[in-house]
Amino acid sequence: MNNIICACGHENPEGTVLCGNCGRPLTKEAKDLKLADMRYEGSARRSQTYNKSIIDKIWNFFSSVKIGVTIIIMILVAAAIGTILPQVLYVPASTEADIAAYYERVYGTFGKIYYELGLSDLYGSWWFQTLIGMLGISLIVASLDRFIPLYNSLKKQRTRRHESFMKRQRLFALGESVGQETLTKSEAKLKELRYDVKREDGALLAEKGRFSRWGPYVNHVGLIIFLFGVMLRALPGFYVDETMWIREGETRAIPEAPGYYLESKDFILETYDKEQADEVFGDAIERVGTIASNYQTDVVLYKKPESALPGQTENLEEVKKESIQVNKPLKFDGFAVYQMDFRLDELKTMHFVLSNKATGESLGDLAIDLVNPETTYDLGNGSSVKLLGYYPDFSGFENGEPQTKSPVPNNPAFLVRMTTPETPKGETSFVAIKQTVEPLGENAYKLEFQNVDTRDVSGLTIRKDKTLWILALGGLIFMIGVAQGSYFNHRRIWIHETKDGQFAVAAHTNKNWFAIKKELDQVTEAAQLPLYKDQQDSESQELKKDGEKSS
Amino acid sequence: MTLVSISGNLLFVAFICYLIATLFFGGAVKGSKPETSDSEKRWGRIGIIVTIVGFIANLAYFITRWIAAGHAPVSNLFEFTTAFGMMVVGAFILIYFIYRTPSLGLFALPIAIIIIGFASMFPRDINPLIPALKSYWLTVHVITAALGEAILAISAVAGLIYLLKNVDVTKRSKQSFWLEAVMFTLVLTLGFVASTTTFSVMDYEAKFSYVDKEQKDQEITYNTPPIFGMNEYKALTPGTMTPLAEMPPLVNAKKLTTVTWSLLFGVVLYGLIRLIIRKPIAAVLKPFAQKANSQLMDEIGYRAVSIGFPVFTLGALIFAMIWAQEAWSRFWGWDPKEVWALITWLFYAAFLHLRLSRGWHGEKSAWLAVIGFIIIMFNLIAVNLIIAGLHSYA
Repeated sequence: MNNIICACGHENPEGTVLCGNCGRPLTKEAKDLKLADMRYEGSARRSQTYNKSIIDKIWNFFSSVKIGVTIIIMILVAAAIGTILPQVLYVPASTEADIAAYYERVYGTFGKIYYELGLSDLYGSWWFQTLIGMLGISLIVASLDRFIPLYNSLKKQRTRRHESFMKRQRLFALGESVGQETLTKSEAKLKELRYDVKREDGALLAEKGRFSRWGPYVNHVGLIIFLFGVMLRALPGFYVDETMWIREGETRAIPEAPGYYLESKDFILETYDKEQADEVFGDAIERVGTIASNYQTDVVLYKKPESALPGQTENLEEVKKESIQVNKPLKFDGFAVYQMDFRLDELKTMHFVLSNKATGESLGDLAIDLVNPETTYDLGNGSSVKLLGYYPDFSGFENGEPQTKSPVPNNPAFLVRMTTPETPKGETSFVAIKQTVEPLGENAYKLEFQNVDTRDVSGLTIRKDKTLWILALGGLIFMIGVAQGSYFNHRRIWIHETKDGQFAVAAHTNKNWFAIKKELDQVTEAAQLPLYKDQQDSESQELKKDGEKSS
Repeated sequence: MTLVSISGNLLFVAFICYLIATLFFGGAVKGSKPETSDSEKRWGRIGIIVTIVGFIANLAYFITRWIAAGHAPVSNLFEFTTAFGMMVVGAFILIYFIYRTPSLGLFALPIAIIIIGFASMFPRDINPLIPALKSYWLTVHVITAALGEAILAISAVAGLIYLLKNVDVTKRSKQSFWLEAVMFTLVLTLGFVASTTTFSVMDYEAKFSYVDKEQKDQEITYNTPPIFGMNEYKALTPGTMTPLAEMPPLVNAKKLTTVTWSLLFGVVLYGLIRLIIRKPIAAVLKPFAQKANSQLMDEIGYRAVSIGFPVFTLGALIFAMIWAQEAWSRFWGWDPKEVWALITWLFYAAFLHLRLSRGWHGEKSAWLAVIGFIIIMFNLIAVNLIIAGLHSYA
């Protein structure tokens, strides 16, 4: 490696733009610039020093901000495309075929193409995830590539800089100082302005807010931690995402939460009442119609005692009673249970009367529990009803066999054998809501439908997420870094006496030039320094000249 | 007078104050004297005082509505957009006291006026909160996000001033074309306000029945003459205009009609303006930007992004994720509004990297700031009205 030896004698690694010691421009380009490029203090970055091995090439690729920004823009555009049509997650279809059909039916040819290109599951696609991964690598490499040399050169910086460095700063002055003890007065004023001041024979360096330069690297660390947390979620066991439907009065094991049971006491749906709503909400309710105010499931959480055998659900210990509402999940042992959905008035029990068709005489009534029906109902007086078949969600006959669509009691139907003292052999009947079929000929008795009991069902989501604290930590570090970098500025002011007794003043800040100018104004006045010029702002120079002419 | 009507009147007072303040800021930057001369300073001072009076009235609107509703008034499109407009003014006042530049007020206030005017085209009733919104995170998340967006909007205002000053609008170029396109877009917003107001003054109403994309029968009420009809529509109000074309079930023809009317009004309005002034709008506005210092506008643009970006991140992403975890059981679900918040964030991240590492200052930076504002407005308007998702509360 060829070191560059500066005129001041300092050895700089290859790729250095401004000498680490005196600040002289070292490259031809840097010498041609009117204003020095102060990014990363003109220090040599690894990406500019090595370009031989494959690792160097990969490193150089990912260290480029141009590449980083390109990746950001690609993610941005892809993310936008993903919002044109709803993603699969939000589509009311579950099987691949249904989903494909849904996109074509609802969104036409465009929907079909969108689905077939895989844009309907864009955020889960391998190429989108690859882009996120590349962004992560770029964050790490670009940060290291810049942070280390920047840190070193700020740590080692000299008080006296070469004239060629000074005159290439945006704020620069060279001239006589009319006052006495210029440097001492400057130092006092700068200290008053909370600068750290270093002095070396005839030269002064005032600096403040250097830590704001670390802001970008701190926030990148936060982002990397966040992305790491997101990546962990791809591994099994880091989070639980289950749903459960629970009926009022039921006690069920909580999926993926061993030993925990939940009992639903009540599901409550409340709406804003137009009569009771004051004049404030009246108009809105009139315009929109019914507005829900609360979805709530009152639950009791139980834990199985340590000593209990597997499968044994007696003697559950009550942990707590709580009302789960939207925005108020039930939390226990790292789990959270959310109120997500509901079904009102699911059929619970059906009441029938066994009666004589001719006389209408009743032989007693029975109530069938639609979740756990019994096989035989003894009516006491020598009559009984036996359930031969139960079809909770009856959908019609196929080859003479009754069918059920689902195990949910939406439309219950029964195949029963009715036995009475009069008909000891029994009569077979098929009973559904508003429908009776007598498959084996005319019966003397019938099972007459009386009424139903209903209950509500709550749809709950169970979550446990072991990565949350990593994500929260990443977010926190990001916010600290971004505040550090955004709300503080790194300001430096150099003053030195030249050989011919003049004073050179230069100032640099990473941002907010407006504020450093104000401070430099104060120092200039206090120490009677030569008036500085903003070498980048041609407009106010012209304005000043105009002002001078007219006055 | 009820609290609700007091609140409405306060908003109107704020609106009028902003209009008057704009005129004073106009006075401060016209004429040949530099912005810093005494007479110009006086105009600027009156301008900022009237702005502050308006802002106090605006805050009073916000607080009285909050008290009346019992929740932060940021729960529907009218409330959110109005709050956003108010915060743009707040952010302007903050930046004004750092940089003391009236030019910024001359452009920031009209933008806020358009935003508030646009907001008042949506139903202004106070909604009771649906269960999903019943959380203190509504207050925290929405207000922080709106504040971040408002500060970012100031960078677009500074960018616009920079461009008006530095783009040569007398020559045909890409820059002058796109600058005029931005002006045209602002006029289109006025077109929306004009068309909605016209038809609401006329009390226009036309009811239709139609079949939606799930093959269900629905009813819909148009408040503008129906140019487009819904799928298999049948008119229920006699004597109204017959739609010119029927739309497939996927397209919400009512919204399409509203957009078309806004475009028609906007184009006619723009045409009239051009007929009267006989040159591009940008050319007329250019002299008003002439006093601004380009270097200062560039710095304000960057400063606004560097102040607004962390606030936006906190409000629109971090608080949003915490609330989403609490309400929807997951911190991130690729809902369109979430995605567009991420897009906005990525865009400003790219902006900062291009500026800091690739030296995109001046004109490039100004264009980026304007594009950023367009993305914010897209997220506010299009994502709520066109792309349906979990956030479509309005």
